[in-house]
Amino acid sequence: MSEEQITKKIIDILRGYVKDSALLEKATPKTHILKDLRVNSARLVDIIIKCEDVFGTMIDDDEADRIATIGDAVLLIQQKAA
Amino acid sequence: MKRRVVVTGMGVVAPNGHGLDVFAQALREGRSGIRHIPELAALNFGCQVGGVPEGFDAIRQRYFDHEKLLSLNDNIGYASVAAVDAWTDAGFAVPEAEDDRVDWETGVIAGSGIGGMDTIARTVVPMVNEGKVRRMGSRIVEQVMNSGTSARVAGLLALGNQVTSNSSACSTGNEAVIEAVARIRLGLATRMLAGGSEGASPYIWAGFDAMRVICRKFNDRPEEASRPMSATAAGFVPGAGGAFLLLEELGSVRSRGARIYAEVLGGMVNCGGHRMGGTITAPNPEGVKRCIRGAVADAGISPREIDAINGHLTATYADPIEVKNWSAALERGPEDFPWINSTKSMIGHCLGAAGAIECVAVVLQLRDGFVHPSLNCGDLHPEIAPYERRIPHSAVACPDLKVVAKAGFGFGDVNSCLIFRKWEP
Repeated sequence: MSEEQITKKIIDILRGYVKDSALLEKATPKTHILKDLRVNSARLVDIIIKCEDVFGTMIDDDEADRIATIGDAVLLIQQKAA
Repeated sequence: MKRRVVVTGMGVVAPNGHGLDVFAQALREGRSGIRHIPELAALNFGCQVGGVPEGFDAIRQRYFDHEKLLSLNDNIGYASVAAVDAWTDAGFAVPEAEDDRVDWETGVIAGSGIGGMDTIARTVVPMVNEGKVRRMGSRIVEQVMNSGTSARVAGLLALGNQVTSNSSACSTGNEAVIEAVARIRLGLATRMLAGGSEGASPYIWAGFDAMRVICRKFNDRPEEASRPMSATAAGFVPGAGGAFLLLEELGSVRSRGARIYAEVLGGMVNCGGHRMGGTITAPNPEGVKRCIRGAVADAGISPREIDAINGHLTATYADPIEVKNWSAALERGPEDFPWINSTKSMIGHCLGAAGAIECVAVVLQLRDGFVHPSLNCGDLHPEIAPYERRIPHSAVACPDLKVVAKAGFGFGDVNSCLIFRKWEP
């Protein structure tokens, strides 16, 4: 899966958790999931579970803790697939 | 002098209708919300009928976005829709999520009897037992914590006064209103949303079925199953739903020029102490009478001023005892007894939501000047028969209806009674 495809899937996942989906229109790899997209921090665990289902992988707690931006999530998924 | 508390908004999600006008019309027509519940039959319940709000998934999708819907089990969903309805009915706007202002003068008391049992039964227990705790996600606690309903409503409406959830079994909804009135009277809040909700779930109803206190004899005739005051009453019919009243200090209402439905003249809660005939499941008659008299005294009226009673009246052996208690407490025999009816005859017993939904029914009857029929009691219980003249079998037009008493009596020997008066400027 290309970086672009992974990014698109992650943005689709995030769409269910942002209050204002317009924020995702200008999202970049540097977009911070909590600060920029204003996702409720409690929902990060749901986003991780969704990523596991969409990408068919397991993300442990240490790996999840490394995700702050969309780029972090894309990188992690790429590494898991490698 | 007590600060006066009035009702300025209401919302209701009931088994026989969502919304004030639909519900009022259903009450007037005596429209039953009791239906066959196939899941109960599949699960070998003795009782296979219930009162469940129809089409609620479509209703909640009109109110809330995808993100919020993920956190709304039935219990919280019914509460959320009813609370938003009550809020807007009182003339307030639902704030945008991005609006950071908090209404520090308004709180919420939102009770339930058993609460998020459907989430516990359908998600928590199976996933824990399968060792899948880490995949339960973030939305379990907010749906099963006892304060889940009040917390959700506060967030929807940005309420910053007291936010709590009470629980006193079948007395819950009334108790929420009484506690909210007390807080406003004390000057600690200007407005309070008060009400209750209960989900529709076999896991909530199973314990009652096992006790054989819910109706098992009318599975083939759902609309006849809820029979308060009948000689053939066979136990209560389980129900679900939610309702809220927006209670407001009179001075505040006048300053904003809002419409008033009714005044809450007084209320009382107590417990029979599980003595003198009272148990964990049965009321101490002395406790009931003290509660009714206490509410009348708090209202500052004579018992003779009560025009109608909306009883607890669930369709169990306790109905004749309840009617006798009303008669003794008000010192009014069959010859001058108020009208008496049971909203549960149409919607079943909505447990933690019952008092709230039935308070809305009371205020709508005051608003529209009628007493709704009490269904399925053409064959009155012999001990209630002397009061026959005061039990409506079809809607009675009562343009002079002014004062209505509403009571609830719950497991735990807990009692609640409220006195409402029609608002006449």
